[in-house]
Amino acid sequence: MNIYVLMKRTFDTEEKITISGGQINEDGAEFIINPYDEYAIEEAIQVRDAQGGEVTVVSVGNEETEKQLRTALAMGADKAVLINTEDDLEYGDQFTTAKILSEYLKDKDADLIIAGNVAIDGGSGQVGPRVAELLNIPYVTTITKLDITGSNATVVRDVEGDSEVIETTLPLLVTAQQGLNEPRYPSLPGIMKAKKKPLDELELDDLDLEEDDVEAKTKTIEIYLPPKKEAGKVLEGELADQVKELVNLLHTEAKVV
Amino acid sequence: MARKIIVLGEVRDGSLRNVSFEAVAAAKTASEGGEVVGVLIGDSVNALSGELIHYGADRVITVENEKLKQYTPDGYSQALMAVIDAESPEGLIFGHTSLGKDLAPKVAAKLNSGLISDVTGLEIAGGNLVFTRPIYSGKAFEKKIVTDGLVFATIRPNNISPLEKDESRTGEASSLSVDIKDLRTIIKEVVRKASEGVDLSEAKVIIAGGRGVKSEEGFEPLNELAKVLNGAVGASRGACDADYCDYSLQIGQTGKVVTPDLYIACGISGAIQHLAGMSNSKVIVAINKDPEANIFKVADYGIVGDLFEVVPLLTEEFRKILVNA
Ligand SMILES: Cc1cc2nc3c(=O)[nH]c(=O)nc-3n(C[C@H](O)[C@H](O)[C@H](O)COP(=O)(O)OP(=O)(O)OC[C@H]3O[C@@H](n4cnc5c(N)ncnc54)[C@H](O)[C@@H]3O)c2cc1C
Ligand SMILES: Cc1cc2nc3c(=O)[nH]c(=O)nc-3n(C[C@H](O)[C@H](O)[C@H](O)COP(=O)(O)OP(=O)(O)OC[C@H]3O[C@@H](n4cnc5c(N)ncnc54)[C@H](O)[C@@H]3O)c2cc1C
Repeated sequence: MNIYVLMKRTFDTEEKITISGGQINEDGAEFIINPYDEYAIEEAIQVRDAQGGEVTVVSVGNEETEKQLRTALAMGADKAVLINTEDDLEYGDQFTTAKILSEYLKDKDADLIIAGNVAIDGGSGQVGPRVAELLNIPYVTTITKLDITGSNATVVRDVEGDSEVIETTLPLLVTAQQGLNEPRYPSLPGIMKAKKKPLDELELDDLDLEEDDVEAKTKTIEIYLPPKKEAGKVLEGELADQVKELVNLLHTEAKVV
Repeated sequence: MARKIIVLGEVRDGSLRNVSFEAVAAAKTASEGGEVVGVLIGDSVNALSGELIHYGADRVITVENEKLKQYTPDGYSQALMAVIDAESPEGLIFGHTSLGKDLAPKVAAKLNSGLISDVTGLEIAGGNLVFTRPIYSGKAFEKKIVTDGLVFATIRPNNISPLEKDESRTGEASSLSVDIKDLRTIIKEVVRKASEGVDLSEAKVIIAGGRGVKSEEGFEPLNELAKVLNGAVGASRGACDADYCDYSLQIGQTGKVVTPDLYIACGISGAIQHLAGMSNSKVIVAINKDPEANIFKVADYGIVGDLFEVVPLLTEEFRKILVNA
């Protein structure tokens, strides 16, 4: 089985966000594998271990993305590919990323592609379905279970809390939802082995793409922080009175009930 | 610039979802005086055209077909592409729901178009149509414009006000027959798990439980309160990880991001990942026995106490005033 994982490098969830010069301030921030992509990597490893084959983790990013790719290799992926756009592109959107990924994937004969359901920074959830459409293969998003028999797949999809049991066929793209599995931590031997595993670096040129082919369709014109929430009122007195006061405040002052 | 905007109306259990009315309102703004065309897709949706028009659509096109009884990306995209071919719109607006999130990127890829997802506001500013959306799970916001091609957006439920319903509004309702070809994904079964009634992403009131709830049964008082307030129940990852509830209830940076009018956090400490998912709620109430808990820093109102005492009292008190109201 020829398995590909789409992985994005993102801010650690612990990070507070600050802005400098109109941009998100990245100085000193910790970066991680997008948490949903950890589920994707774990699932890919499990499918490979059960069915045989190879897991390749692909990321569109810059030099620093190598670190997260190495982590994926340490978890157990076989190969990593960095598509480094740093020198070619200044700006990109989901159209850009999906186009680059699909150009890379189009002649790879992938049986299974696993992405995250959403990146916790950009937050659009577009890249998976876009890539599937560009490759003209079926997709199922927000999955919590994947069973593959031959070229058939049975997938459980989370739909706002309900579950759909879906039957489809390979080649297939799925996006991982929380609950799909329990991602492993890289082991020490895993980390050692990862150093020797192949990590290829490509640029747009290698994919026969020109800047114009991937030019973004949308543009960010401003980034700002939400107004800081002031700590409110902690009620005092007898519990029963606090509860009465709270209900009253919500009903007559805040008018939300 | 006047635009023709297509709005995909979403039907659930036989009725239109609120977010569809909000999408019509968003489309009105985006159309800049142009036309708002509602589209309804399903096996039996013709009867709902009128309501979409009452909420502001200028006309409605329905696509009915047996094979569209359930949502599939292939089925719905075929239906929608047929409408788009017939109408040549300048823009599209869907709800940022499970369906919208799944379908919109596929349609955008087909149309070689951009897509601005999870929009919480839009306005005309400086001659541009400007969309606002959260990034970093609500820790920051960005404003975006379309620089090339279609205006295509999905809007987050509960953030853009629908227009006033006007039952005297009229508009043309037409239907388009579309031949739906092979569907590559087939839904074999739907297992209903979501708490009956109110959907977490659309709920006006959310009662959320954390590790402090201590067990699956511990959620019972929260369910009671939710019922009285016609709200939905959510959870922290702590509660999900401990198996007190399903992951579909998780709120936060790796769960749902919600913006209800009222969020009541019970036995939740207020970790940064949880706050990312709920701190843009209109009013936040925290109930926690630890006065130092971080959740009090974002709460409008706090009660320091045992949730198993406080929540039932709250339920009683709300019941009283809501009966009187
Ligand atoms: C050259 C370039 C410049 C950019 N400049 C900016 C900028 O200035 N400002 C800005 O806000 N954004 C910028 N971006 C990022 C871009 O706007 C999106 O963040 C990116 O396309 C992914 O969208 P998303 O974050 O919504 O991910 P989603 O669509 O939510 O991601 C879903 C899943 O898709 C996969 N995926 C997403 N991104 C990647 C990736 N890069 N590589 C591999 N798999 C991926 C992962 O599996 C992920 O879980 C740039 C992108 C590129 C390529
Ligand atoms: C990558 C990553 C992603 C994450 N994403 C999310 C996310 O999306 N959402 C999320 O919620 N978390 C997320 N987390 C986890 C987060 O860091 C916290 O661990 C989690 O939110 C804690 O849950 P909690 O508040 O229920 O539990 P705890 O932190 O254990 O807090 C329990 C609280 O209950 C109070 N309490 C106990 N008993 C009672 C009682 N009888 N009455 C009243 N109060 C009581 C305690 O005082 C305490 O404050 C993520 C973590 C990581 C690393």
